[in-house]
Amino acid sequence: MAEKLLELKRVSMAFGGLHVVNELDLHVDEGEIVSVIGPNGAGKTTLFNLITGVYEPTEGDIVFAGRSIKGMDPHKITKLGIARTFQTLRLFLNMTVIENVMAAAFAHTRAGAFRAMLRTPGMRREEGEIRNLAEERLAFFGQRLMGYRWNQPAYSLSYANRRRLEIARATATNPRLLLLDEPAAGMNPTETHEISELIGKLRDEGGYTILVIEHDMLDHGVKISEGSFEYVATDERVVEAYLGTKATATK
Amino acid sequence: MTDAERPTPNVPDSLTEPAGPAVGQDEWVARHAERRLLRGGRLGAVEERLRAAPWWAWLTVFVCLAALLPVGFSSGYVRRVAFDTVLYMLLALGLNVVVGWGGLLDLGYIAFYGLGAYCYALLSSNQFDVHLPTVATVPIVVVVGAVAGWLIGLPSWRLSGDYLAIVTLFFFQIFIVVVTNGDHLFGHNVTGGSNGIGGVDANVRPFNLFGHDLPVAHSGSFNVAYLYVVLAFFAVVFVLLRFVNESRIGRAWRSLREDPLAAELMGMPVNWLKLLAFSFGAAVAALSGTIFAALNAGVFPTTFAFPLLITVYTMVILGGSGSQAGVIVGAIVVNVLLELLRDAGNARYVFYALIVLALFGVYRLSVRLAVVLGGTIALGFVVHGIASAIAKSNVDGPANGENWLIDGLRHWVIVPRDLGPWKQITYVALIGVILLLTLVRGWWRVALLVPTLYLAAFVWENVMLTAPEATRFIILGAILVSVMIARPSGILGERRVEIV
Ligand SMILES: Nc1ncnc2c1ncn2[C@@H]1O[C@H](COP(=O)(O)OP(=O)(O)OP(=O)(O)O)[C@@H](O)[C@H]1O
Ligand SMILES: [Mg+2]
Repeated sequence: MAEKLLELKRVSMAFGGLHVVNELDLHVDEGEIVSVIGPNGAGKTTLFNLITGVYEPTEGDIVFAGRSIKGMDPHKITKLGIARTFQTLRLFLNMTVIENVMAAAFAHTRAGAFRAMLRTPGMRREEGEIRNLAEERLAFFGQRLMGYRWNQPAYSLSYANRRRLEIARATATNPRLLLLDEPAAGMNPTETHEISELIGKLRDEGGYTILVIEHDMLDHGVKISEGSFEYVATDERVVEAYLGTKATATK
Repeated sequence: MTDAERPTPNVPDSLTEPAGPAVGQDEWVARHAERRLLRGGRLGAVEERLRAAPWWAWLTVFVCLAALLPVGFSSGYVRRVAFDTVLYMLLALGLNVVVGWGGLLDLGYIAFYGLGAYCYALLSSNQFDVHLPTVATVPIVVVVGAVAGWLIGLPSWRLSGDYLAIVTLFFFQIFIVVVTNGDHLFGHNVTGGSNGIGGVDANVRPFNLFGHDLPVAHSGSFNVAYLYVVLAFFAVVFVLLRFVNESRIGRAWRSLREDPLAAELMGMPVNWLKLLAFSFGAAVAALSGTIFAALNAGVFPTTFAFPLLITVYTMVILGGSGSQAGVIVGAIVVNVLLELLRDAGNARYVFYALIVLALFGVYRLSVRLAVVLGGTIALGFVVHGIASAIAKSNVDGPANGENWLIDGLRHWVIVPRDLGPWKQITYVALIGVILLLTLVRGWWRVALLVPTLYLAAFVWENVMLTAPEATRFIILGAILVSVMIARPSGILGERRVEIV
């Protein structure tokens, strides 16, 4: 039995009188790919916002790697090892592709402003490491985000590539848990398939545990959840439906 | 360039195999730079070479040129203007950290400049009989500025955008109030109130470097040593800030500017980064303040007011906020223009040169350009002929600022001896015609442009040159507006995309 990486204990979230999440229990084990599904407005993105600390749950507790992260600042949660992508893309559009990824290495690097001003050897070494890390993370996407594009501003990328870049940026924070909010939204069937494979690869080669929101799964022929949020599935069948193969679904 | 010639990106071998997707939109964008190079020919190659020159080469050339300026110009006035320009460049560099990199609208920036100046005055004058050596005062003031920037940032901890602007503006106002009423602060005269700290009694000391006092004036004119001091400050600050910008801190600042929420969620402590940006900006401003106080042998509250804030912001925005080279060009353009416009004779050169340049920019070398220029000149002579035939007093009014240009222009633009109500009427009419001009197109615009230009010349000679102080800022405003329309991100600013 793998250990629980993330656990939500009876988490509730209300905006004023609007109860979006009600006493939700959910757990994600190390090395798992878990899919969250539900209709529009069910509160899937809100769930991600709760886990990453954008909102603090009105009730319940969130435990990550054996430690409560409820009420922590988002950047501290990221530092602990949770990274996410956004449903409505939020890239740093006027920075270059590689800078987008390099910026996300902030939490696990150290050189401060004074060392930068003096350009100490340690700072320069770290800078080289950050660049290598970014190149490695971008290379994960094969031909899609290849070299000569790295010095282009991010706004010059196509929509699908922006989605890929967001994933690359999230992985540069060296997370243990990766939250992907509708990574295939707006993509064509071929690209959607590619993203599915990528998610498998992220788990198998990258070693990330993955929580993914994807509600448009009718193409795959299995529709599991309908109606309210309580039915959010951590069911193996969901994983299977999403990734298409039994093999990737097994823990 | 063929694919084979394109430099291979620095990636693992297994990933560079050609079996990639077909060329798409992204490729088009990626190769845009290459195409521009091909199109430009020899000129394009030169441009590309200049672009490729590293920043330190530009900086060295610039500093050397500025340092050689006193060799070519012996006039104390020119040297003083050069000094002011470099001081403005220093201020603009500091503001660029906060506004350009951090994306924080800090309207209290000038308060830190004032703080630096007052601190310097307090630490090396008779005010409290403290006379620290310059090498100690300057670092102390910089640290005080940095700490003050940090503290002012604290209340704005969770603010951004408009709210931050209002809060910093409030602090600026507090600074002004405290400084102007600081002559009985808890029973002590601290800031000298509205008289400031200065004069013989206060005896604010000039800089003392390497055992030598740097007197403010050298045999009656501006002491050029201060130009070298401010240049040295400028070069050091430029390089240090550059290094910070190229580090993870700089990347984090720019991420913060692009999207604070995304930055926070990618592990960057956004609030802390804001404070750091404030602190850096304030430290640079305080450093500029020390040299200002030393050079003027005193500080006066009226210096640190809104016009200065607006001027520095204009420099940053006009030059291209976010680009160090940009804000420097902005500082030069704005300060030199404001100086030129002080004198009616020089202002005239600027005015007509700008008009001709703008026409060239819009129409290039075309029939329309010939029609507009020829038409305007002809119209002028006709109007002048008729007016002088009616009465000599229509054309022999006083000229403002004598030089060869007005001697020629007197046969063309009418300068009546007595304008009467026409002063206001023509001014308003000019604004009306310019607005009308934006509504018509094609040859209509050309036709309308001819009388508009003549009217503009008339208003310029008869109305605007009689009030040079206001005219300076009107012209500056007009330039700012036109540059912002032509290049929304400033002269050297990177193209910015807000929403896609
Ligand atoms: N900050 C907020 N304040 C008030 N209401 C909010 C806030 N954030 C989300 N909501 C509401 O919570 C509900 C769930 O939103 P959420 O974005 O989580 O849905 P979702 O499941 O991600 O939907 P979709 O499939 O369209 O992405 C919606 O009704 C939304 O209006
Ligand atoms: Mg959503």
